This record gives sequence, C-alpha cells and structure tokens, in this order.
Amino acid sequence: MNSVVYMDNNATTRVDPEVLQEMMPYLSDYYGNPSSMHTFGGQVGSKIRKARQQVAALLGCEPDEIIFTSCGTESDNAAILGTLSIVPHKRTVITTRVEHPAVLSPCRNLEQHGYRIIELGVDKHGCLNLAELESAINDDTAIVSVMYANNETGVIFPIEKIASICKAKGVTFHTDAVQAVGKIPLNLKTSAIDMLSLSGHKLHAPKGIGVLYVRRGTRLSPYLLGGHQENNRRGGTENVPGIVALGKACEIALHHLDEENTRVKALRDKLESKILATCPDCMVNGDSENRLPNTLNISFEYIEGESILMMLDRFGICASSGSACTSGSLEPSHVLRAMGVPFTAAHGSIRFSLSRYNTEQEVDYVAEKLPPIINRLRELSPFVARK
Amino acid sequence: MWDYTDKVMDHFTNPRNVGKIEDYDGIGEVGSLACGDALTLTFKLDKSGRIADAKFQTFGCASAIASSSVLTEIIKGMTLDEAEKVTNQQIADKLGGLPEQKMHCSVMGQEALEAAIAYYRNKGKTSAHKEGRVVCTCFGVTDVEIRRVILENDLTTVEQVTNFCKAGGGCGGCHGEIEHILQDVQGKKNNQQSPVPAARHKKLSNIQKIQLIQETIREQIRPVIRSHGGDLELVDVEGSKVIVALRGMCASCKMSEVTMKDLVQAKLREFVAEDLIVEEEKDTAQA
Repeated sequence: MNSVVYMDNNATTRVDPEVLQEMMPYLSDYYGNPSSMHTFGGQVGSKIRKARQQVAALLGCEPDEIIFTSCGTESDNAAILGTLSIVPHKRTVITTRVEHPAVLSPCRNLEQHGYRIIELGVDKHGCLNLAELESAINDDTAIVSVMYANNETGVIFPIEKIASICKAKGVTFHTDAVQAVGKIPLNLKTSAIDMLSLSGHKLHAPKGIGVLYVRRGTRLSPYLLGGHQENNRRGGTENVPGIVALGKACEIALHHLDEENTRVKALRDKLESKILATCPDCMVNGDSENRLPNTLNISFEYIEGESILMMLDRFGICASSGSACTSGSLEPSHVLRAMGVPFTAAHGSIRFSLSRYNTEQEVDYVAEKLPPIINRLRELSPFVARK
Repeated sequence: MWDYTDKVMDHFTNPRNVGKIEDYDGIGEVGSLACGDALTLTFKLDKSGRIADAKFQTFGCASAIASSSVLTEIIKGMTLDEAEKVTNQQIADKLGGLPEQKMHCSVMGQEALEAAIAYYRNKGKTSAHKEGRVVCTCFGVTDVEIRRVILENDLTTVEQVTNFCKAGGGCGGCHGEIEHILQDVQGKKNNQQSPVPAARHKKLSNIQKIQLIQETIREQIRPVIRSHGGDLELVDVEGSKVIVALRGMCASCKMSEVTMKDLVQAKLREFVAEDLIVEEEKDTAQA
C-alpha cells in the first residue's frame, strides 16, 4: 500500500499517468502557438480542437460551446459577471447559501455595488426548496446560479428541474458543476442548463485549467479582452498543455463513469458503514440518497476536526474537515451551518472523498485506524464525561 | 496546513496529565462546544500550598490540546501566587511558539488557570457572571477580556485581537467597537477610520439619509443577521420611520422583535440619526 492514503479528492486529484503522458510533448517539443499560420503551430491548434471535442463528448454538448479558462473560479466569475453586463437593468442574482466561495464571494461583492443577492437556504439534509426558488424569480432576476453538487457534503441538487424552472421564466441559469463532472453522467444536449463550470484538477487533469460551457444562443459578455481566442470571449494565448491534458482526462472520465458509480461508490459505502458501526456518537451529514458516489461527510460529537485530521495525518491518511480550526477562521463550515448542523457536530466533521485510485485495502486501513483516534480524543475531551 | 513546532506536536500526540482530579482544590472551566474549544483544568495543593498535581481535559484543535498539556507542566510545583503570574505568552513560548491565529489557545489556558485559582480562593464558589460587558456576542467576549489581551500582548489591530481572544471572529458586527477599545487602550485618538460617519450630526437630505441607512444595514446589521441564518431588507423610509423586512430564518423567529429593537434600531440610531423608528413589514415577507 502507498505511504499516502489519499481520500481528499474533492480538494484535488492525482493526475492520471495517461493524462501526463499526453500533455508532456506540449511542454517540450510542440511549443508552437496554435494561432500561428505555420504548420508547426497549426498542429497544436488541431490538438486543441481535438481536446475541445473530448470535453464536449463528456458533457454531451457541441465543441463550440466550450470556453477554456484557468480554473473553476474563473468560470464561475465569468458566468455571473459576464451575464450581468449583458442585462444591466436587471439587478438581482439568485444563488444558495451553500455555494462554493467562487460563487458566494463575487455575489457578496456585487451586493456592495447595489445588487440584490438572494441566497436560498437548505433544509437539514442540505436540500433546496424548489417552490421557494421559483417564487424568488422575477423580472429583476438577471441570473440564477446553483451548484450541481456540494463540495463538502456531496449533496446533488435537482439541477435539471431548476434549469427548467429558469428556462420557463426566461432567466439565465448557471451551475457550478466542478464536483459533479466526471462523477455523475451529464448530458447537456437534453438539458436546459445555460452555463456550466468545471475544473480540470478535480477529474485527474492538472491544476490551472477549467471550462465554462456556454449554450449556443446564450449571451455572455467577453471578459478577458485581447486576442481572438475562445471565439473572442476570452483573450490570451491558450494553456496548451493544460487543455490537452483536460481533453484526455475527460475522455478517460467518460470510460470510468460506471466505475465511479459502482466500485468507488461501494468503497465509500463500506467506509461509511464501518465507521458508523465502530464509532459511537457520529452521524452522516447530507442527504444520503442524492449524494455524489465518492463523498462521505461525517460528524464526530465531542471532538474537534483538526485534531482528528492531525491524528489521521500521522498514518498518512489525507482527508479534510469543516471545523473552524482547519480554515484559520473561527466559525465552522458555512455549508453545515446552513443545514442547521449543531455547532457541536460541525466542529467535529470530517470529509472523506474517494477516487478510482482508492482500494478496498485502503478503506480497511482507514476504518481500522480511525476508531482508536476518536476514542483517544474523546478521552481528552471534557464533554464526554459530562454528558 | 499549520506550521506547528515539534513541541506542539509532541504535547498533542503525547499529552501530559490528562484527566480530572476527583478531590480537586481548584477547578477552571472555560470555552464551550459552540466556540470550538473548551478546557477543564483541575489542581490539587500539597501541605505547603504548592500545586502538587494538575490535570486537564480539552476539546479543541492540536494547539489547544498542546497548550493545556504544557500548562499543567508549567504550574506543577508553583505556589498560587506564582501560578497567578503565568501569562499566555509563557505558554506559547514553552511550546516554541504558536501560529498567530492560534494564540487564543494559549489565552484559553491562562483563563482556565485563573478561574481555577479564583475557585480555590472563593472556597468553591464560581462567580456566575462575567466581569465587564459582552462586546462579541458570537463568542461571548467582554470588553474587560479584550482590554486585557491588548495590554498584555501589545496588540494593535482588530485581526490580532481576534487571533488572541476570538472576539470579532464571527459575524464581524463588533469590529467597530473593538477598534474603539484598541484606540482607547493604545491611546491613539488620531485614527482616521472613525466608524461613526462625520455626516451624523449634520442635517441629512432624504437621499443622504437613505444611502446612510443602506450602508449601515449592509455593514453593521446584515452580517449579524446573516450569521443567524436570516437576512434583512430595507423596504421604505418615510421621514424618520424606517420600514424593513426580515427574511430567512429570522422572519419566523420569536426573537425577531428583540432583534428589531436591540440591533436594527439601535444601530441605525447610532450611525444615522437619533430619532429613527424602525418598523417591520410582514405582509410580503413570505410570498
């Protein structure tokens, strides 16, 4: 077994060796500019076209609906800000309280500039109320942005229903699908989604490459002014190795979609049931029915998440936590708080997020190492004795 | 990832003196589950009045556990007069330093020690109410506690105050007040960032008043309400009457009347005009 047991794949993923192999020549031999007139550059241009097709195949869309960006955050910002500048008279943005900061921060910044931001709440399972969403939309609504799946809990929102509601009301709909792409099947051809963000490093491509899907006919203002790249919407010479890598990663992800929802899901479920069986006073956060196949968010009462992570780290186990201490802020995860998870449980939350590289042996290893850690920390805690 | 010293990791992975002394002479309980860290410290004195034994139980991160553990080592063998003089800086130094954002862990140790000594001296009576006035409602930190960390650690910014005692680390609604205390303690009266707008004492035009009300809602009121799962909207301003609507979890909250008077009206009076009256509009709140 590896010295590192990596179960933090919602943070970032290992680059697939085939992906690395595919991109390497574009860091060395094929350094031409895809916009050049000569064959040397032109061959790079055709490789980018191929990558665009590979991404489109995974999403079920047309290649010309793909804009390559530098990351998921750029895609989210571009979608929201680029839509607002098309409809300057509309001043309301609707989103949710559990979005990633890549959506929440620009929205809160817009609020400083006079926009009205409606952040929809979620119930204790992390689910949205669609009737509330529908009634929030009015003539002033410029865009609705709701994430496909939550990065912390893995809860999947009913995005197709939301997209249809928005379409019926004539409002642009964007979804941050950074955690969903490659883990669950998507087909944008039969969907009403107008815009979708994805990030390469969450699906075994390297960091520094992302995509914004923009449906044909959806208006988006160009946001990086410069050259004619990406159909004049995002200037700047292309990140060729990143784009080539992302294309390959999408092609591979398409082949592994079934595995994510069978083998990886089974590993996650095994980890979950083993922990629940061996550790008292713990609970799973988020709707377990509508959940990404790889994500497990679990709270341990009376102890604090950073301590658990530091103990796991000594065994080479990588996970993350929604506790306040891990972020350097003093309040626990905004997602868990929005769900009404008690502070007592939010401080002790741990997220395990698996990938196709995880093995059954690793799951057994984590399930073996975790209970003594929980017991040890509870021995130190003043609350166990008091309860 | 935190840059913890080897000493911190040693005390975290092999904590000394874990537990609770059953026939303790002194006990100090500080922090809470909600705050994210808590410490129970107990000690037993020998015949000469020195601390013969000390034990701790801690809920918290690695640095909170390490701070508690090292504290028990520091105070063993001390008289109470000596122990009383232990500062949070001594705790941090003994650990080879703590990350700036984790200094509050050492302060928690010092506070528990103080509480335990006070318990012994008051013959088992814990003083029920905290000294001073609560400034940070999210973490229940008083002005007395804030003044003390500023003085003892020579702090100059709100961010530092948050790192040392958590005050201001939640909704951020008390940042202005912490700034005031900082200026007061450090004797800096010339600070340019006065949180009270200069326009306050002038006669405001209607537009200026509405803008100031919106700004106050945005910067002073909304962060507090958001941290409770709600939101607040300005509906209308008619003369000195400000009509607002509560949204989200606050709309159905039984405490909403208190929120209106103690928070919304108080802040608007402080920052905009003394004669403002706040009314809640309920009709359109739930569509």
